[in-house]
Amino acid sequence: MVSFINIHKKFGKVKVLDNVSLDLRPGKSYALIGPNGSGKTTLIKSLLGLVIPTSGEILFQDKSIFNDWKYRENIGYMPQIGRYPENISVGQLIDMMKNIRPHQEKVDEELIDAFKLYKIYDKKMHSLSGGTRQKVSAALAFLFNTPVLILDEPTAGLDPISVEILKEKIISEKLKGKLLIVTSHILSDLDEFTSDIVYIFEGKIQYNNTIEVLKEETNEKRLGKAIATLIRQKELLNSVLQ
Amino acid sequence: MTRVIKYIFYALLRTRFILFYTVFLMVSTFAMFQIDSDSSKVVLSLLNIVLMVVPLISVVFTTIHFFNSYEFIELMLTQPVNRKVIFFAEYTSVATSLCFAFLISIGIPSLMFGADRSVITLLFTGITLTLVFVSLAFLSSVMTRDKAKAIGIALLFWFYFSLIYDGLLLWVVYTFNDYPLEKVTLALIAFNPVDMARIIMLLQLDISALMGYTGAFYKDFFGSYIGLLFSVFILFLWIIVPLMIALKIFSKKDL
Repeated sequence: MVSFINIHKKFGKVKVLDNVSLDLRPGKSYALIGPNGSGKTTLIKSLLGLVIPTSGEILFQDKSIFNDWKYRENIGYMPQIGRYPENISVGQLIDMMKNIRPHQEKVDEELIDAFKLYKIYDKKMHSLSGGTRQKVSAALAFLFNTPVLILDEPTAGLDPISVEILKEKIISEKLKGKLLIVTSHILSDLDEFTSDIVYIFEGKIQYNNTIEVLKEETNEKRLGKAIATLIRQKELLNSVLQ
Repeated sequence: MTRVIKYIFYALLRTRFILFYTVFLMVSTFAMFQIDSDSSKVVLSLLNIVLMVVPLISVVFTTIHFFNSYEFIELMLTQPVNRKVIFFAEYTSVATSLCFAFLISIGIPSLMFGADRSVITLLFTGITLTLVFVSLAFLSSVMTRDKAKAIGIALLFWFYFSLIYDGLLLWVVYTFNDYPLEKVTLALIAFNPVDMARIIMLLQLDISALMGYTGAFYKDFFGSYIGLLFSVFILFLWIIVPLMIALKIFSKKDL
């Protein structure tokens, strides 16, 4: 459904993505992991067209996304740091998003209800706390029932109750057969709702396989341990090669 | 596109800046009509406002607005909205509101105190200059991610076209005053929208006689249809070219 083909991205002289090729298939859920600054968010932003790769191609349903914008109808995106016009209220923001996609008749307001966002409809965006903002971001990402969901650190900054609500929602969407792309540093979360691991380090994809295979390969039962082992193996390999 | 424009307009009206701008221009126009009853003298005084204040306000306001709506632009780009649509919606709403403010604030007092043809030319040049400097401000806004830098570049545009360029032109004329320079200066003027606007306006006011032989030459040129078409075309280029460069940069910009 989504293919990255030899993506390179440089910000000035800094190489952020280095020959990334990745195939994402519908019905699967991918965990993008890697240390801070490894290029996860850049990869996601390039899929959304916010970042234009230096070279390479991105296909969405076998069509190139460059100079296209209609494909974004199929994507729900929850940013890591939600940046919204500061002077409008939560209600206006949600109305605005609905207005921008007029063809979308069925909206999914489950999260708005679950997070009780209607209570803060007339609060201005600039008065919201980080966590509440995150809730708004989550509600907007799930609003349009899109077949692809991109969640950039969805649970960071949320309180435990909201985290559970969001997790439940993510799992229920996953069971509907949607393509899920999640980045997170909370590995226990990823274990719950992803099927595949994509490990990025310094702009390169180091590992791409299902979680079961990873666990088997590393002889670990928990995802956190498995990934730690994977990283150690990679580091060892790199130091040997150097 | 209309939906996007609606939200940008909404944000513009919230700042109330446009309102202040309208009131400021209107009050100064009224004051000038009160002080002087000769409408051509009033137009001449207004011309100085149009040539200095309008470009300045246009560049500063546009740049600030662009950076204030960065979040909005970013949000829209994660939705099924075309980048070009966002860009043109931003341009259209900023340019329309500034032009509208200018038109009302100069137009209404002029109509009340009796307008002649020169006021129409004044309105035309003011609107054109607004459009030109909004274009230039968009260009400076997309050139950098830093708000302060962008305002700096935008102010530099204003400074260059309002002051520096004239200085350079004077220097050229002074240095080469042994040669016939009419056509050369005419060509050089085309590289400065403010000068173009000034000459179009001055020739309307029948004070070109004060400019001697050069004035007569300009009058001959700009008075003709070809001259008029030429000047409108050049000003049009001054709107379109910076805007297209800005669009090109914007459509490849990382947000």
